[in-house]
Amino acid sequence: MNNKNKGGDMSKRTVSVWTDNRFWMRSAGWVTGFSAALLIWLTFDTMSQIKMGNDEDLKNGIAKRVPGPTVINYKITYEMSDKRGHEVPVIGGKEKFFGRDDWSEKEAGALLHLGKLGSQAKNCMNCHTLLGNGAYYAPDLTKAWLDPAWGKIDSSGNRTGYLAMTGKDTREEAIAEFLMHPSQYPTHGRMMPNLNITADEAKGLVAFLKHMSSIDTNGFPRNFGKKDTTLREKRSN
Amino acid sequence: MANTLKWEGQQLATWYFTVAIVLFGAQLLMGLIAAVQFLYPSFLFEIFDFSVARMIHINALILWMVFAMVGAAYWLLPDETGIEVVGIKWAKLGFIVLTAAVTVVVVVYIVVQIGPANDMTIWFINEGREYIEAPRWADFGIAIVLVGFLLHVFLTAIKGERTGIVTVLMADMIALVGLYLCGMGFTDSISMDQFWWWWVIHLWVEATWEVLVGVFAAYGLIRIIGAQRQIVEMWLWIEVAMLFGSGILGMGHHYFWIGTPEYWWEIGALFSALEPLPLVAMFIHVTYDWGKQQGIAKAEGRDTAIANTPALAWFFANAFGNFLGAGVWGFFHTMPQVNIYTHGTQFTSAHGHLAFFGAYATILIGVFYIAVQGTNNIKRLKATFDFKMGIILLNLGVFGMTVALTISGYSQVLVERAQMGATWEAFFISQDTLWFVQGLGWRLAMGVVTLVGFIYLVKDLLSTGKNKIHER
Repeated sequence: MNNKNKGGDMSKRTVSVWTDNRFWMRSAGWVTGFSAALLIWLTFDTMSQIKMGNDEDLKNGIAKRVPGPTVINYKITYEMSDKRGHEVPVIGGKEKFFGRDDWSEKEAGALLHLGKLGSQAKNCMNCHTLLGNGAYYAPDLTKAWLDPAWGKIDSSGNRTGYLAMTGKDTREEAIAEFLMHPSQYPTHGRMMPNLNITADEAKGLVAFLKHMSSIDTNGFPRNFGKKDTTLREKRSN
Repeated sequence: MANTLKWEGQQLATWYFTVAIVLFGAQLLMGLIAAVQFLYPSFLFEIFDFSVARMIHINALILWMVFAMVGAAYWLLPDETGIEVVGIKWAKLGFIVLTAAVTVVVVVYIVVQIGPANDMTIWFINEGREYIEAPRWADFGIAIVLVGFLLHVFLTAIKGERTGIVTVLMADMIALVGLYLCGMGFTDSISMDQFWWWWVIHLWVEATWEVLVGVFAAYGLIRIIGAQRQIVEMWLWIEVAMLFGSGILGMGHHYFWIGTPEYWWEIGALFSALEPLPLVAMFIHVTYDWGKQQGIAKAEGRDTAIANTPALAWFFANAFGNFLGAGVWGFFHTMPQVNIYTHGTQFTSAHGHLAFFGAYATILIGVFYIAVQGTNNIKRLKATFDFKMGIILLNLGVFGMTVALTISGYSQVLVERAQMGATWEAFFISQDTLWFVQGLGWRLAMGVVTLVGFIYLVKDLLSTGKNKIHER
């Protein structure tokens, strides 16, 4: 059944380049080589574009696709860009994070490092999606920092959302409290399990989430936090 | 299994296949647990959470396929090169080390599950990166064993006859092993993390693994229906050109939303849209060769060209399933205009189920059938009742799960992403919509069908040696 010799004979009888195995072998080599070279070239370009920014960039208002860790000292929003045709993260003025808005590059970096390690050690990605990648059992975390579910405090001191449930005064404290005792604050039958997250780890994870929300994801997720946009626009027209 | 094999390399292959089937079973069980948890979230809550079941579900998937692929390579090497695998003793040691390492990793996943946020967890418990969660000690172990495997392939091919099939195998294995190294680092930047993570995941499953499918299909067609080597190998080179030509830059479709620049929209959309083409070509190739060899057999007065009906049937399931699962279901949501809404929903899950099964599970099961034929010295392996039940129920089950998840995906995309703005609340409202829940119900039912099919498959593989129906 093993007809190696037959194959060898046939290749000698080749009359057309289209049935010549060596032609196709070389074509495969060239196509693969070209694609790989292009991928590597684009990778160098992408690396330079997604390199994490630093504190100077933030102070000077230079927008980076992935800002530096000290972005936690700033207010982040997600707004429509007319120029780009989709929403982009906008880094605004200073905003306190766990009571401070002067986290140094080193401190903020350490916090982000702890949070990123925590996100892996606690296996977040096998329930949630991060930047849309992961499992589909729990909400996407790309812009979780900006989620309206954390709630607000109005001028008369009334809390909503998780601020009300946890009794905390700030969004970061409410998220940290939830992460440490998730099954105490369920919003759905599908609850987050207790993952033995310590207070420090929770702080790191919140920094990780806030940093992730500042990444320019080309408009993903679309219309974040805006219910029925099209309907509302139609009504207002 | 009684050992009547001429080559020790093929005996080693059967060891790999045995572990692969055990891991396949583990994958299905974990999938069932996760599917139940979607419907009844309190099931094993804080004992064996969804994240654990799902992690083992997808890790067992990757591992059983890697085991089966390495096994398949060891199976075809002696046949192709005409000599024993060089350094077979070391190859056997590699198998033992790999299997022991995998066992430890899985036991730690099940018992320890998670750890504190420090490097020890990353080194010894899990890395928490979907598909390549294996802790770093195991990463090094896997990399070393894979490099060893690469050496065996190369040394055997250099010493023996180097056919076109073996040449493609050699080139592909270098890429496959090298790419694994891209997934071992740690970075604080989630964008950088996912950029390199895709070098492993995408360039494995949408490039190097697909080429391996081409290699196994080429080898299998020669074995099963006596297809002509020159034609099969020509197809193989064309497939390599098409698969790498579309698949390498098709990686761009994972770089739409992770912080990477906008030009990946165009590159990813264009090249990933071409990815189904080689899969169509492979289907045509298998069908054409079968028709041709059948015609030759008829003309020569033989009743059939098929030496192994179950293997050929699984190869067909592969040719069509690869096109349908990877090609059609992938194309559904590969355009950025669509993907911005479908990214990270049950849509992805639907595609994942049919693509992994259609593209890889099918052909590897086909190779298992070639191996039981060889191991039991059978001249013509026929279709038994158990085989038929296995192939029908497995295909029905996985396709059923895919359709069910697609319907759930539609509901999720419309409600969560289009209507309600992708928030926490939007997500959970979408999870409670009627169609979503019904879809997940059907997914569980079809998962059970898949498991029953798997049981028939194993029963058939194990009883082949004793079954009198086969021609010896």
